Amino acid sequence: MSVEPLQLFWYFGIFIILISICGVYCILATFNLIRALIGFEILVKAATLLIILAGYLTGNQALAQALVITLIVIEVVMMVVAGGIVLWLYRYNQTIDTRKLSNLKG
Amino acid sequence: MVSLFILAPFAAALILNLLPKALTHRLAFWVAAGLALAQAALVAFHPLLFWSAYPDPLGPFFNLQFSLDGLSLVTLLSIAIVVLATLVAGRYTITEESKRFNFTNLVLITLMGMNAVAMTTDLFSLYVFLEVCAIALFILIALKKDKLALEGAFKYLILSAIATVLMLFSIALFLLLSGGVSFSVIYGALSGSGGGFLAKLAMGLFLCGLFIKAGLAPFHAWLPDAHSSAPSAASVLLSGMVTKIPGAYILMRLVTSVFPLNPQMQNLLMFVGVFSIIIGAQGAFYQHNFKRMLAYSSVSQVGYIVLALGCGTPLAFAGAAFHLFNDAISKTLLFVNACCLEKETGTVDMDKMGGLGQRMPITNFSCLVGAFSAAGLPPLAGFWSKFIIILALMQAGKPVYATVAILASILTLGYALVMQRKIFFGGLADGLQQAKEAGIGLVLLESALALVVIAVGIGFAFMYNNFMLPVGEIVF
Amino acid sequence: MAAIDLILIIMLLLTSLWTVLTIRLIRAVVGLALTSAILSVIMFRLGSPLAAVFELSVCSGLISVIFVTTISFTSRVSKERLFVRRRERFVKFWYLPLILIVAGFLLLHFSHPPALKLPVTPAGQDVRSVLWNLRHPDLLGQVIVLLAGAFGVAILFKEDTHER
Repeated sequence: MSVEPLQLFWYFGIFIILISICGVYCILATFNLIRALIGFEILVKAATLLIILAGYLTGNQALAQALVITLIVIEVVMMVVAGGIVLWLYRYNQTIDTRKLSNLKG
Repeated sequence: MVSLFILAPFAAALILNLLPKALTHRLAFWVAAGLALAQAALVAFHPLLFWSAYPDPLGPFFNLQFSLDGLSLVTLLSIAIVVLATLVAGRYTITEESKRFNFTNLVLITLMGMNAVAMTTDLFSLYVFLEVCAIALFILIALKKDKLALEGAFKYLILSAIATVLMLFSIALFLLLSGGVSFSVIYGALSGSGGGFLAKLAMGLFLCGLFIKAGLAPFHAWLPDAHSSAPSAASVLLSGMVTKIPGAYILMRLVTSVFPLNPQMQNLLMFVGVFSIIIGAQGAFYQHNFKRMLAYSSVSQVGYIVLALGCGTPLAFAGAAFHLFNDAISKTLLFVNACCLEKETGTVDMDKMGGLGQRMPITNFSCLVGAFSAAGLPPLAGFWSKFIIILALMQAGKPVYATVAILASILTLGYALVMQRKIFFGGLADGLQQAKEAGIGLVLLESALALVVIAVGIGFAFMYNNFMLPVGEIVF
Repeated sequence: MAAIDLILIIMLLLTSLWTVLTIRLIRAVVGLALTSAILSVIMFRLGSPLAAVFELSVCSGLISVIFVTTISFTSRVSKERLFVRRRERFVKFWYLPLILIVAGFLLLHFSHPPALKLPVTPAGQDVRSVLWNLRHPDLLGQVIVLLAGAFGVAILFKEDTHER
């Protein structure tokens, strides 16, 4: 991959923006708790790609990899906790539809 | 020395979980409270020089790259006081023993996270420790495991996750622009090139993430839900410190040592601050739930801090740091009052309370002190910090913002009085004939916090000279 | 940009699109795992092999397991519900590909790449030495997060069986 860094950044950047749009859309348009978590995962994927890309472009891959590894560990722990909360919510409501969860309103 | 603030709670949490349960369930509270007390005492009675005089014993093997300055000291002191209050409140309101043990451990984890955030010098580590706090808080909010608590926790989780992603994008862009993620490297890169489009984008994304985490005005929807559904003791921690760390401390740290303030960002911060002040104050007016009202009040108080930061003069920074401390204490006091009221009456609905003034005189008095300090009545602590902030705004030539700040303060006084009337004055409401003061521990805690608020108000000169002036100095 | 990279990144976009658009949750999870796998190939091509291995094993392995477990405990959807949901989904989601195409077109044609001045960084170090010698706060943070996660599991999952 020996091309001008600017061009590379721009092409990857466009795709990162598009993937993020997917993730945001997924969170906004769904009524399903698990699907919201999946949308968040897609967003994190986009962020991971951007960090790795930044590391590649600045020649600092070691730092970028260190950051990504930490990030992945945190992400997993967060998903475990979220999964636990979703399971409990299902036990109370017998559904994971957010439209049924409107007891709290701003 | 400095790394002890994290390693000591960490060691304590590990040991507590390794020893047999019969022993540790009783010990846990005392260990945790002792740690918080030790932190408060160490920070309060030792000047900054003390900390730099002793190098870290672990330094050669394990370099945490922490540093301390005046701002960190104020934050560490506030954290210690709030955590202590949370632990005491948890001890007397959570009845089940195993739940209380888990609660204590989670509070210890939050303590580590917040301490580390207050001392770190690296943007990515900042994110890591913020996540530590956030994960511990999801579990704390869900601890009751009833429907509302779980929904509040899930809402907080999704919004916090979005904030996290925004911060990650911003960190990646900073990495691209500067080749590193520590504060000094980013500062060097940004001040060198002045910052083009990407730098502005990165700053904007990070600020958005922080605003969501702090519950500032356009993104404040999750805060009242999380507060009203969490166990009372956990909401002490949530409101007392956790929303103030991103809203106040990290913002201050960023504008002093990561990206220097420019006029655009000043305007943005001041606008968000004023918007939060107004939205929070008017939202608080219409609430019937005591804890929701306090949550909205929290939004408005963090707004004051952000407004002061946007002003950007040393005086304003000192005022912001002072307000951070004062609001942490007075919100903690009010939420401890909420704990007492919930314990005695079984509800946090203000319409169902009334006439409790005779039954709970100390709660009445301390609630009055807390609310008046939040509203900024002299000579309580809150008056001085708001006074400094407004003075700084006037000096900086922003009379409009200053006027809004004063008016919102009057609004705060208004809802504080409504709250007092609904809860404590008038005839005793039905079904509250059994209400009395809520046990010696909580009463002592309330009176101690009220005393702190009054003492800081009266001994304002001491606090200002020893803690706030150093904060103003680090800026310029 | 080599052709293979372009193909990979387009595939990444397509799999994430499929993850969002597909109807059954299980398929969405499979889509997520695929996205992860393709991302790890891209990461490898960008010179980050260790992080790529991590991404492949943890994100497309462990996280899928977590999701599948959660889904198998929660969603029991009847045939009719599925049909209703499919229609709902079609109405709700058909904008997404359009939005993506329009956004991509706009980005490609009506905006200019921002000026990018790359910083001078020290010569390449090894990720192991960076992680273990320079990122101590992060390591400590990871350990504390794992501790918090352990409490989360203990609190959120343990009493689950106990009460049944």
